[in-house]
Amino acid sequence: MDSTVVRTGTEGKTWGGGNQPIGASYGKMMMWFFIVSDALTFSGFLAAYGFSRFKFVSEWPIADEVFTHVPFLHGQELPMIYVAFMTFILIMSSVTMVLAVDAGHHMNKAKVTLYLFLTIIGGAIFVGSQAWEWATFIQGDYGAVQTKGGNILQFGEYVTVDGEQKFKRISIDEFAVLHPSHREQHQRHNGLWFVGEDALPPYTVNEIYDGLAANENILVRNQTLNEDGEKTILTRAESLQQMKDNARLVVKGANLQVNEYGATLFADFFFFITGFHGFHVFSGVVINIIIFFNVILGTYERRGSYEMVEKVGLYWHFVDLVWVFVFTFFYLV
Amino acid sequence: MAHEHKLEIFKGLVKFKSNTSKIWGVLIFLTIVTLVEVILGIYKPDALMHNVMSPFEGGFFATVGNILLSPIIYMKPLNVIFIVLTLVKAYYITWDFMHMRDEKGSLRRMVVWTAVFLVCYLLFILLQEGGYVFSVYNGENALIKRDF
Repeated sequence: MDSTVVRTGTEGKTWGGGNQPIGASYGKMMMWFFIVSDALTFSGFLAAYGFSRFKFVSEWPIADEVFTHVPFLHGQELPMIYVAFMTFILIMSSVTMVLAVDAGHHMNKAKVTLYLFLTIIGGAIFVGSQAWEWATFIQGDYGAVQTKGGNILQFGEYVTVDGEQKFKRISIDEFAVLHPSHREQHQRHNGLWFVGEDALPPYTVNEIYDGLAANENILVRNQTLNEDGEKTILTRAESLQQMKDNARLVVKGANLQVNEYGATLFADFFFFITGFHGFHVFSGVVINIIIFFNVILGTYERRGSYEMVEKVGLYWHFVDLVWVFVFTFFYLV
Repeated sequence: MAHEHKLEIFKGLVKFKSNTSKIWGVLIFLTIVTLVEVILGIYKPDALMHNVMSPFEGGFFATVGNILLSPIIYMKPLNVIFIVLTLVKAYYITWDFMHMRDEKGSLRRMVVWTAVFLVCYLLFILLQEGGYVFSVYNGENALIKRDF
């Protein structure tokens, strides 16, 4: 460290500079302070998520039903597996980072290079996984209908699995009755030049209603949670009634305006919090790459200290730390 | 300064020979904790899915009691376990990966106490308010109507 600090010639004098009363260099201490302020930002977001969830505590989407997909295992419902994998990747890249810091203390350039490289790879895998998770969430799987009050109606039927009655979701693609009508999306070039509209939903409400009416087995599930924490399933008569009276819009997937899994706020917070975290991971990877090249070029070798790796390492571990909390509050609790 | 590491975790129960082996040891511990979380999250044992106590009814002391015991009154045991395990993981990431264990007490307190105090404060007011808004939406004289 000494070599990075310009000597002022006033060493030993209390106000002469160069003192480290907290036992950490300026850069490291400022990184810690940045981490504290960033931790408060993230806890602000997570607390806001908690606020909205408490506000709608009796109808919040169940994470296990939302994030069920794993790449290459199409059509299987495997909640938690993929996020667990992502968590493990991030912890693993934290480990390679701390190993790089340790190698830096021993001034071992080859090992710092190797471990930093592995850290960058881990970060890239994580960001890629998150992109896939977003894409799957935006795509949606079963589709749903939104009511006038903004509630979500989902569809399914009772099936018997191993002697137990279970409610199995049915995709709207499977039962919608297509009517031969055509509705063009209003874009600026084919209608009024100063207005347009978003992409049209895949079906009209009538098509879904007729499909529901034609299939005796299909029931509607609303988003109200019962005592067991499961969503309420309506009777056949209630299902038809609810669809007839309140259905307004067919929804597939999730975005900032609609969410086929339930409360739109859930999607908003998901995009915002995991997006903000993903942005941190991305910038962490970029900073790691810069430091990686500095290590290869021998900058820190000449400086006589690998403290820069340590400072970037602090940031990288912080990103991991935040993910631990996001994981708990979005996927587990 | 930074080259000296404290090599004991779990209050000295486990002592590692070198910093590198401590890192791997902590990784194994964190992996086990994550696995426990994932397994509990997938199977959701029935025994952990129901609140242990119901809220106290009555005056001021009942309210104080409800606040003090809120983790077991208002939360499912499973969620309490998840949050405790998360805090355990956060502790070991900060203490061993970020080397907080090796820093001076003053730096440690500056960072940890500030963050912990402000986060607790923020959580308390926001969650309290969220619960209140819920009661306004869903109480007996609810002003909000959903499907109209």
